[in-house]
Amino acid sequence: MNSKNLTKHIDARPGQTRRAVLQATMAGALAGAGLAGTAPLNRARAAADASKWPKEAFSQKTEADAIKALYGKTPEPSDKVTLDAPEIAENGAVVPIAVSTTLADVTSIAILVSENPFPLAANYPIPPGTAPMVASRLKMAKTSKVIALIASGDKVFSASKEVKVTVGGCGG
Amino acid sequence: MASTIRMRAVSSGDTTEVQALVQHPMDSGFVKDAQGNLIPPHYIEVVEFEHAGKSVFTAYWGPAVSKDPYIKFSFKGAQKGDDLTVSWVDNKGATDSLVGKIQ
Repeated sequence: MNSKNLTKHIDARPGQTRRAVLQATMAGALAGAGLAGTAPLNRARAAADASKWPKEAFSQKTEADAIKALYGKTPEPSDKVTLDAPEIAENGAVVPIAVSTTLADVTSIAILVSENPFPLAANYPIPPGTAPMVASRLKMAKTSKVIALIASGDKVFSASKEVKVTVGGCGG
Repeated sequence: MASTIRMRAVSSGDTTEVQALVQHPMDSGFVKDAQGNLIPPHYIEVVEFEHAGKSVFTAYWGPAVSKDPYIKFSFKGAQKGDDLTVSWVDNKGATDSLVGKIQ
């Protein structure tokens, strides 16, 4: 009787331990599988912060109001600002635009399309150590002036170019 | 689900050149669907690139940025093999992010 109980008791322990070990192993395997599943995506915590998005400047309907909302000053045309845009854009939905400058102390770059429903297309704050250069693709509703703005020191400089659009990119 | 972001960061000595493509409809709010109803605006507002916990590039975008947006920029102070984190948030609050290695 005693010995039977003892055997049971002894038996129970390894059983529990084995179950525990098994569970731990399973959990580990699952965690490993989960990790392997997400590893190719390399998801990190989202750092993009929408609260700093300059809503007012983006909702202005004229180019002058957008510039005022963004910088609060009148830009000076400068040949040190380079705006690289095509003469003719066959497809207004995808117009490659690049902006760069040889100016020093650049704090911000902005790109505006005068004839778009909301002229401000993009705004890039430039932290120290980042080159004052950006290239991307914009939509253009129709033939329009494209303006590049560079905030440098306490001034704002600009360059502009007329881009002819054959097919509008805002639905029309 | 695969990530919406594809990024390539190449170091050439001092400077790292970054190119990224994001899959996003970037609906402007002015386009009509086949039934003639306006498709509501749906676009990325902010794209953030971080290296070593520090922001190296921020993009504030309006609806005028093309569908499946592309961005190219360069910055200093990173080395080959470093991590570069990119994340975006759109006007509906959706987000995605990706950690890439600088090549």
